[in-house]
Amino acid sequence: MAETKKTLTDSLWDFLCSLKLAIILVLLLALTSIIGTIILQNGSAADYIREYGQANYELFKKLQFIDMYHSTWFIGILALFSVNLICCSIKNFPRAWKFVREPTLVASPGIFKGSANRAEFSCNGSKQQVAEQISTLLTKEFAKTTLSEKDGKLYLFAQKGIYSRFGAYITHLSILIIMAGAIIGNVWGYKAYVNIVEGSSVDQVLTRNGTETIDLGFTVRCDDFDVSYYPNSNRPKDYTSDLVILENGQEIIHKRIEVNDPLTYKGIKFYQSSYGSAGSAFFKVKVTDNKTGETIEVKAHQGKHVQLPGGYSFAVTNFTENDRNFGPAMQLYVNTPDGKNGAPFVVWQNHPQLDVKRGGIFNFVLLGFEQPQYTGLQVTKDPGVNVVWAGCFLIVFGSLTAFFFSHKRIWVSLEENGEKTKVLIAGNAHRNQPGFSLAFDDLQQKIEASAKNESQKKEG
Amino acid sequence: MNSGQLFNLTTIAYFAAMVLFFAYIATKNNKVALMATLTSLVGFLIQTTALGLRWYESYQILGQDGRAPMTNLYESVVFFAWSILLIYLLMDWKYKQRTIGAFVLPIALFSMLWAQMSLHAGIDPLVPALQSNWLTYHVITCFLGYAGFAFAFGVSIMYLIKIGKEEKHQGDKPMGEVLGLFPPTKVLDDMNYKAIMIGFPLLTLGIITGAAWAYYAWGTYWSWDPKETWSLIVWFLYAAFLHARFTRGWVGRRAAWLSVIGFAATLFCYLGVNLVLSGLHSYGS
Ligand code: HEM
Repeated sequence: MAETKKTLTDSLWDFLCSLKLAIILVLLLALTSIIGTIILQNGSAADYIREYGQANYELFKKLQFIDMYHSTWFIGILALFSVNLICCSIKNFPRAWKFVREPTLVASPGIFKGSANRAEFSCNGSKQQVAEQISTLLTKEFAKTTLSEKDGKLYLFAQKGIYSRFGAYITHLSILIIMAGAIIGNVWGYKAYVNIVEGSSVDQVLTRNGTETIDLGFTVRCDDFDVSYYPNSNRPKDYTSDLVILENGQEIIHKRIEVNDPLTYKGIKFYQSSYGSAGSAFFKVKVTDNKTGETIEVKAHQGKHVQLPGGYSFAVTNFTENDRNFGPAMQLYVNTPDGKNGAPFVVWQNHPQLDVKRGGIFNFVLLGFEQPQYTGLQVTKDPGVNVVWAGCFLIVFGSLTAFFFSHKRIWVSLEENGEKTKVLIAGNAHRNQPGFSLAFDDLQQKIEASAKNESQKKEG
Repeated sequence: MNSGQLFNLTTIAYFAAMVLFFAYIATKNNKVALMATLTSLVGFLIQTTALGLRWYESYQILGQDGRAPMTNLYESVVFFAWSILLIYLLMDWKYKQRTIGAFVLPIALFSMLWAQMSLHAGIDPLVPALQSNWLTYHVITCFLGYAGFAFAFGVSIMYLIKIGKEEKHQGDKPMGEVLGLFPPTKVLDDMNYKAIMIGFPLLTLGIITGAAWAYYAWGTYWSWDPKETWSLIVWFLYAAFLHARFTRGWVGRRAAWLSVIGFAATLFCYLGVNLVLSGLHSYGS
């Protein structure tokens, strides 16, 4: 009983570690991902029924195709994929780590015989002398050497690029890091939006699926929204909003955001995303009380009475963009405190002095006609995003290390044979063998030349 | 001389190079091969100049709103052709296998022909969302990656042609005229792998720079829109290729087919998504 149980866990472990599973899962992810690019995601029921019919809509709902990238089965494949990745790394890592912990300092005869790159020569001099000679050259041309002695022979070992053994592990780890960052963002962050009418402020936003309001914990005010256009064209060049962050009534930050340049405060980002008109247009009017000389600025909506000092009021009754070539003009009348309508008169925006001549109780200046707009902001909080970027950096680093560097090793054995020393050299690279072969040939010739040269000098 | 004319010259040069590569295969004359390679190099240099000139022209037309020439479908197709030539010339320099030009140059030539004949080539000001340096980094990395895959596709086709004939071929007679000129199948297989090894990290970078751009423009680095998803599909396919090759010995014919499928997916990601599906990347419209 105990035995079969063990083999069961063993085979489960082998299954979870297997590369076959990895390849199947990766291909399965690729294949199933196509579904969501063909079928509309997160649409309304009506969209699906119109496009595919009621029966298919029910089927899609059952198969979770409506939001397939967040469906149980897709997340399930991703989870199995991560488990596979973790198990596989746990299983294989010790093998890679062994290269660091226990480098093969003394090459076995098998290495010298079986290696694709090997050389053999004899030269004069003791094995110590030759070893020193070769060691100096290897250190200069390749990498630092380690000398060991075994069974009366001397051995040299040198290696380069051992870190490239870990490129694949770094790549795999970074995939997990990216997924972790995505999970952090999904659990502790949110995606929301808010529309702010120019001049007003908000302290709450609505999640993008519209189900939840979120308290920001501070206030955002939009002072101004603007669309700029390319010269001589009606193509928009930029959308900008002047945003102010307020806490306890204090202005903390002032920033003009634009597309591609959001505002960040306390980990919450505000992105320019849309705009629209908000409410009816109004006139900005400057009113001077001719008795006291006092001036006020008011906003007047067409047809609505606006209070003035001393119980008076006024209302704008008409507006035109261009009155008989005098430019924008409004028509208005003033009410006396007892409610009598005064006679209507006209104020031209570009000719304020004309109203001074009129000589009423109040003098009016038209400052402008404004259509209030709202700015549409996307609001996101994603505490996982830096984890994701860290993973992205590592994945590039890791895959470059895995692909373009290799672990190269060189072994030398020196055996005294009477007056002479017999030298065996072997080299190995864990990838890009053709490239290494060339480098090895070059190195091996240098070693031989240098060793023989030196021994001749000694003789001479 | 404006950049449009230089791009036309480029197209002619690539056409000439392609014809010369075919002529080389027909004549087996090494001088023809050298001429073909030199013609592609000249075409590449003209195109490089043209890209620089178009960049400069954008400043003349748009003033301070000028930008790198990588912002619409036309410019991306032209840049794709340039990237293919870049990768091709580097591989030629390293491997000196001249016949490959006959299988890679046509991809660049068709891109140039399509761009010059039927895509809108105007230098228009950019809508706000496209005004980002990330766009430039994104296009450069993606298209160099795609070019790596295009090269891998070319050598895979050669591999499949050659291996098919080789397996039918009997006896010790030398291979047929043309196929004898192709690199050995082992070399083709290795080049397929090498090109994907170049393309894969570049595509990875392309996806990352795209995500970074989306993050600065819309606040989400990943939203599963069709373009993003297809780039991930392509990435998965080539990841499968690498693992199947590395650990399960999927070399040769299977690897070549995977590479062909990978490139088909790449093309769909690049063009199919815009022309067939719809999404945030409204390049094509
Ligand atoms: C899409 C996701 C994946 C990516 C991008 C990826 C990336 C890589 C890279 C770049 C290498 C180095 C390849 C080479 O040296 O030629 C590699 C090797 C490897 N991968 Fe993956 N991998 C992924 C998924 C997986 C999974 C799920 C497994 C789980 C079994 C796995 C197992 C391995 C193994 C065993 C190696 C060889 C490691 C070694 O050199 O000792 N990979 N991977």
